[in-house]
Amino acid sequence: MADFNAIIEALVACDTDKVTQLVDAAIAEKVPATDILNQGLIAGMDIVGEKMENGDMFIPEVLMAAQAMGSCVETLKPLLGEGESTEGASVIIGTVKGDLHDIGKNLVSMMMESAGMAVHNLGVDIAPEDFVAEIKSKNAQIVCLSALLTTTMPMMKQTVDAIVESGLRDQVKIMVGGAPVTQAFCDEIGADGFAPDAGSAAKMAKSFVA
Amino acid sequence: MFEVIGERINTSRKLVQAAVAERDAEYIINDVKKQLEAGANFIDVNAGARIGHETEDMKWLLDTIQPISTVPLTLDSPDPAVLEMAFAMVEKTPMINSISLEKDRFEAMIPFLTGKECKVIALCMDDNGMPESADDIVARATTLVEELNKIGIPTNAIYIDPLVQPISTDSNKGVMVLDAVRAIKAKYPEVHITGGLSNISYGLPQRHVINRTFVTLMMDAGMDSAIIDPLDAKIMASIKTADMLLGNDQFCGNYLKGVRSGAIVS
Repeated sequence: MADFNAIIEALVACDTDKVTQLVDAAIAEKVPATDILNQGLIAGMDIVGEKMENGDMFIPEVLMAAQAMGSCVETLKPLLGEGESTEGASVIIGTVKGDLHDIGKNLVSMMMESAGMAVHNLGVDIAPEDFVAEIKSKNAQIVCLSALLTTTMPMMKQTVDAIVESGLRDQVKIMVGGAPVTQAFCDEIGADGFAPDAGSAAKMAKSFVA
Repeated sequence: MFEVIGERINTSRKLVQAAVAERDAEYIINDVKKQLEAGANFIDVNAGARIGHETEDMKWLLDTIQPISTVPLTLDSPDPAVLEMAFAMVEKTPMINSISLEKDRFEAMIPFLTGKECKVIALCMDDNGMPESADDIVARATTLVEELNKIGIPTNAIYIDPLVQPISTDSNKGVMVLDAVRAIKAKYPEVHITGGLSNISYGLPQRHVINRTFVTLMMDAGMDSAIIDPLDAKIMASIKTADMLLGNDQFCGNYLKGVRSGAIVS
């Protein structure tokens, strides 16, 4: 029986060497790769996200934990069986047109990936029609819009409107975030959720597809 | 001398937005007076957050602030039409916040700035996004200075914002911007360096201590202005002290004045 708690603890402690060592040991003991991934690494990153949300862990630590997880996932990938993909819900994320900020969005993207989702990070300055096209091509269940400027917040509304007009609104949950964005603004433009940080964003995304 | 651009009159701040919506002149006047007392050298005025109301909000704010401000105003808008109106309303030579190398922004701002007497904040931002290296920042600053010189804005009226980025996502972001500022000042000794500082501490706890330590390092590199909250007494004390230590305070006069007024305590 693998000690998933040890993996979780090492991940939360940002101890990259120990995480790698424990995962390698579990593989050697023939623990199924999918269990290592779900009960060890993803469970650990859930706690990291929660600690981030509560202000007990900070971005550099979260980055370290995510890197540790990322390298272990690479080791696990070839061992995962047919249909046991590392990828869960399909998520589209991007910064809206006219806005070039990417740090916050990339953190959200990273936390969602660490939560086991298939994240398609479109980048910055993404037009409403491009979000719509990507929802179709990636068969997305969640769309995350980022805006860091009061001047680009209206573009969030235009993007939501474009998704409504495309007829894809019922297929996706729309999440919004960025420094000037609030829950009130989220409600006003008809989005489904607002998250103030990357940890809560990942948690919210999971709850949408649960 | 270090120039503080007071950032408080911005409608993205909740209380300011409420005061603007209710046309509460007393609140705005009090806030500006406090910034002036704290040592602001410019008062930034941004009316952008109430979408669809920027023109009327800017006009009302300027009508309210103009009579009581003893320092020039920093007119903060991406919209040349709003800036054109604001520019006509102010008495003292204003500072314009801002131009960047983003195509839409640049092409809108150049005709507005041409032939005007003003100071201008120039952001090292282009259509590729945030700069990714010190060389990248320097190259963008060079283009901005050259383009602004071409339309008659002298180098000493240009305030380059090198765009401070979070150290939490990349441990080298502090050194990157410090190196860039040194290189820009070596190339253009007359140009000013300004910007917000709080981005440096994004994602970390106890942000104020990071911000006020960083400002002193930036000042050593050549930063001589910042867009900050002048009511943050601790950062103001750090700035005055650093200004003295860098040889910009004859006989330590401003430092001692600050101590006597209670603004600087250890």
